[in-house]
Formats: sequence, structure tokens, C-alpha cells
Amino acid sequence: MRELRFDKLGAIIAALALGGALIAPFATFRANRIVAGEAKTLVESLPQPWSAAVLLVILAGALAAAMRSPAILRLVAAFAALGVLALGIGVAASHLAPEGNSYARVSPASGFWVMLFAFGLLAADALTRLRPAPFVRIIVLVAVLAFIGMLLLSGTWDGLSILKEYASRVDTFWAEARKHVTLALGSLAAATVAGIPLGILCHRVTRLRDGLLGVLNAIQTIPSIALFGILIAPLGWIAANVPGAATIGIRGIGVAPAFVALFLYSLLPVVANTVVGLAGVPRDANDAARGIGMTDWQRLVGIEFPLAFPVILTGIRIVLVQNIGLATIAALIGGGGFGVFVFQGVGQTAMDLVLLGAVPTVVMAFAAAIVLDAMIEMATPNNRQAEAA
Amino acid sequence: MPNLSTLFRAGAFLVLVAFLLQPQWFEPLLRPLVQENAPVIYNQGSLLQLTLLHLRTVAVATAAASLVALALAILVTRSSGAEFLPLSRSLVNIGQTFPPVAVLALAVPIFGFGEKPTLIALFLYGLLPIFENALTGLTTLPPSVMEAARGAGMTGGQRLLKVELPLAMPVILAGIRLSVVISLATATIGSTVAAKTLGEVIIAGLQSNNLAFVVQGGLIVATLAVLLHDGLQAAERKLAARMGR
Repeated sequence: MRELRFDKLGAIIAALALGGALIAPFATFRANRIVAGEAKTLVESLPQPWSAAVLLVILAGALAAAMRSPAILRLVAAFAALGVLALGIGVAASHLAPEGNSYARVSPASGFWVMLFAFGLLAADALTRLRPAPFVRIIVLVAVLAFIGMLLLSGTWDGLSILKEYASRVDTFWAEARKHVTLALGSLAAATVAGIPLGILCHRVTRLRDGLLGVLNAIQTIPSIALFGILIAPLGWIAANVPGAATIGIRGIGVAPAFVALFLYSLLPVVANTVVGLAGVPRDANDAARGIGMTDWQRLVGIEFPLAFPVILTGIRIVLVQNIGLATIAALIGGGGFGVFVFQGVGQTAMDLVLLGAVPTVVMAFAAAIVLDAMIEMATPNNRQAEAA
Repeated sequence: MPNLSTLFRAGAFLVLVAFLLQPQWFEPLLRPLVQENAPVIYNQGSLLQLTLLHLRTVAVATAAASLVALALAILVTRSSGAEFLPLSRSLVNIGQTFPPVAVLALAVPIFGFGEKPTLIALFLYGLLPIFENALTGLTTLPPSVMEAARGAGMTGGQRLLKVELPLAMPVILAGIRLSVVISLATATIGSTVAAKTLGEVIIAGLQSNNLAFVVQGGLIVATLAVLLHDGLQAAERKLAARMGR
């Protein structure tokens, strides 16, 4: 029989999980949106069969973490615990709030967050050790998002205070979501369309390279709120003086300056990575292409660009994750996006409203990072060879 | 040797100092940016004081982040902490997808308004580049050097202090530099939760539709970022040159 051994990281995770389950409060109950909340333990928060089931899964997960166990078992234990926590907090919300009382607020408390963190760590560690292939990572991501979507659609979480904030702003939420995505993706698309040709030009004309990269570097040092603000003036002038500009939506405040600011921030990673990617194309490949009589254009499209593509994609990943985060700042200049809820929430010290803006932003940034990392790995030739071998 | 770019930076530094001490000298330059009768120079506090507070916030957060990140990196690169190494790498990647605004806003309910949530957000956000670079520095040491140190009978502690850390120092310092530049810009967002930083000037400008405020706040932060970045880089080169001897 194999000796049972402790896993150091797992022991910490188990300690966190047990502390979160047994000592810290699981949910907070408030009679209305403003009053101070009362903390409820896991046993108090859940009706009888539920509390026992949740505790059992948490304990099993902590045990799997603390012992040396196969990574796949740890992954299953982590996802089971996370799933039970997600279901449990929804049940707690409907259990704690009096029937038909729309003022009462139930939100997750420190114990819930600690357990979420602990099992999130366990899942991340197990996934890191398993090193799944890129498409498996995307499948895992889609499955997790589908599970969250299911919980949202089924109404399991409807009693939670963050969803009560959502329920009172359904229309604005989706309008801001659209603006957020448009800002983040639109500026990325514009930066890609403009940045890749600029990068190719910089690669060919050395003198242009230092100058342009210097300017783009300098733009990165301007703090985001300031750049958003500074652009109000020129865009306001354009809107007032260029015929037709105002009708296509160019205004001094709002989406236009936010879009231009994000575009400017996005240019550096795209241009710099295009230059680095093209510079990394092996000389042999270029010589061979010239030898068989390819024109400059054929060489660019057929040889250089495909070889540089993974590096360019890395630049696009940096931009996308950064833009999803930065788009929250657009709210300060009337550009909309999830930042609207974050800053409103900060202003009213309403934590749930902050979460309503912050959680979708973090989820989007996280999902974008996973998808693009997987795409980069799939596009990198070395890996393809390694898999084939 | 004082070349063109050094002169340019010295000039930028002098202009910055002059602007902070005697902002009214620059009034004519900024005047066209505001409507008539609006104040041109930030008038709800001293620019110099805000700049110093801004720098202090960044310095405190970066110092704390450097200490913690370095300690963690040393821990997970020892053989006893090897189990944490793969996860540490993933956590750095995951952490960097968190937008600074979200970190800042979520720190408010726990720490209240003012400087504290800003310090926490800057600290957490500053950890990542330093930790990442320290990991890179400590895990990519030439095996021959490590072998030689072991062969010379050095203990684990001696190897760390005399061989590993000095060799990894340039990469670690580059991480700290990156962290400082990110923190300088992120600290401006701290003013949305009432921290006393230069962001106050920018936000006052946005609220009162005063472009001169936005420009002066933004340019001070940008100049600070460029000067600190280049200053730290020069210090790194000097250190590297001295260690190369």
C-alpha cells in the first residue's frame, strides 16, 4: 500500500477551505440596501439537507487537496466544490430572505470568498499540472461559462443582492455591456488594421522604427484618465468644425474620445510585436523565398507574416486584456461601459453595484486571456511539431 | 557623456520642477485651453504637495510589493517550495488579467475611502511584474555557475546571497522599474476613491470641463513616469557595469 503523504500547497488550500467553511461567515443578511448586515455561518445560511451536503463536498475537496493525489482527482474535487458553493450561495439567498420581501439583501460573506479562492487555487494548480492541450482549455472555459449561464438563467442566484441590483437596471446593463464590448473590441480591431501595416513599414524602414516606437512608448506613459480627458478637446473641435463628423457620432465627450484613447494605447503592443515578429523570421527562410523568385509581396504574405503571426497574436492578446480593463475608465468621461456601475457603486458605497460592474469585466478579461493564449499556442509552429512527433 | 537625450531629460526635469514651484509662470501657455474666467492653474491644492503625495503612495506601495514579491520568489524557487512554483506562474498570469479599476473598487468596502484602498491596489498590482521577473531571474541562472558554487562548498544561504541574487538582480530591477511606471499611472485612478494623488487634478478638470487641469495633471504624471523609467534604467546599467567587472 502506498504511504499517504501531505501536499504542502494542498495543506494550505485545505486550511483555507476549512477556515472558510467552519469559522468565517458564509452569507450576510441585510434588512435593506443601506443597513449594516448580520453575518450568518454556513449552517445558519442553508436549510438542513443542503448545509450537510455542502459541508460534505467541501470536506472531501479539502481532503483531496491536502493529500498527494492525482491531478485529475484534484481538478474534479475543485470543480465539485466550486459548483456546490455556487449552488449553495443561491439557496442561502432564498433561504435567508423572508418570502416576498424585495428589500432584504443577501450577499456572499468572507467565508464564501475564502472558499472560492481556495478551490479556485486548487483548480488552477491542477490545471497547471495537467497541462491540457489548448482546445481542452477552451472546452473547460466554455463548460464553466455554460454552468454560470445556467445558474443565471434558472434563477438560482436571483435572491443575491448583486442580481437584485441587476434586476433594477436590466436595460442599462445590456446597453453598457454593448458599449464596453464595442470599445474594447472596436479599438482593438482598429489598432490591428492600422498597427500591422505600420509594423511592417517600421520593419522595412529602420529610421521610421525608432521614431514611431518612441512616440507610441511616450503615449503609454500618459495616465489613462488624462489621455481620455485630453482627447475631449480635439474631438470636440472636430465635431464642431468638420461637416458630417457629428452625425457619425464624433463628440467631445462620450464614446469617441474613449475609443481614440484605447486605440492609441493599443497601437504600441501591436506595432512593436509586429516588428519583433518580423525581425525574428529566420534569414534562411527569406533567402530561400528570394531564391525561388518570390516577389517582396509574395514573401511578406507567404513567408514572413505566417512566421511572425504567433508574436503578433501575443501583442493582440496584451491589447485585448488591457482594453477590457481600461474601458471601465471610459465611464468617467461619459463613454459608458461597465465602469458606469463601478463608479456609481463607489459613489454610493454600494458594494453590490461595484461588483455588478467589476465581475463581468474580470470574467471577460479572464476569458479573453484563456482563449487568446490557447490560440497563440495553436499558432506556434514548435508546438505543432512537438504534438505531431 | 552628455548626449542629446540626456540633455532633453535634464530639460524636462527642470521644466517639471519649475512648473511645480512656480505654476503661474506657465499660465499663458495653458490659457487657450480654458474658457474665459476659468482658473488655469489647479487651485484646490498645491500641485507640488499632490506630486509629493503621489510619489509617496507609489514609493510605499512599490517598496512593499518589492519585498513581498522577492520573498515569495525566493521561497518558491527553493527546493522546499518547488511544489508552489507551477501555480505561482499561473497566478501571475491570472492576476494580470484583473483590471486595476476593479481591484481598486473592490478594496473600498474593505478599507474605506482614501489612501488605503489605493495603496492596496497598487501593492497587489505591483507585485505581479516584480514576482514574474524575480522568478525568471532566479530560474534561468546558468547551471555551470550554480554547480561551481555548490562545488566550492557554499551553503544554500550563501549561494542565494552571493550568487543567485546578484546574478538575478538586473532582471529583478527591471521588474521593479516596470512596476513603478504602472503604479504611477494607476495611482491617478486612486483619486476616484478620494486618495490624494495627481488624479485629483485630472478629475477636477473632467468635472468642471477644464482642459487645462486635465493636461497639467496628465503631463506631470507622464513626465514623472518617463524620468523615473529612464533614471531607474540608468541606475540598472551602472549596477550591471559594476558587477560585470
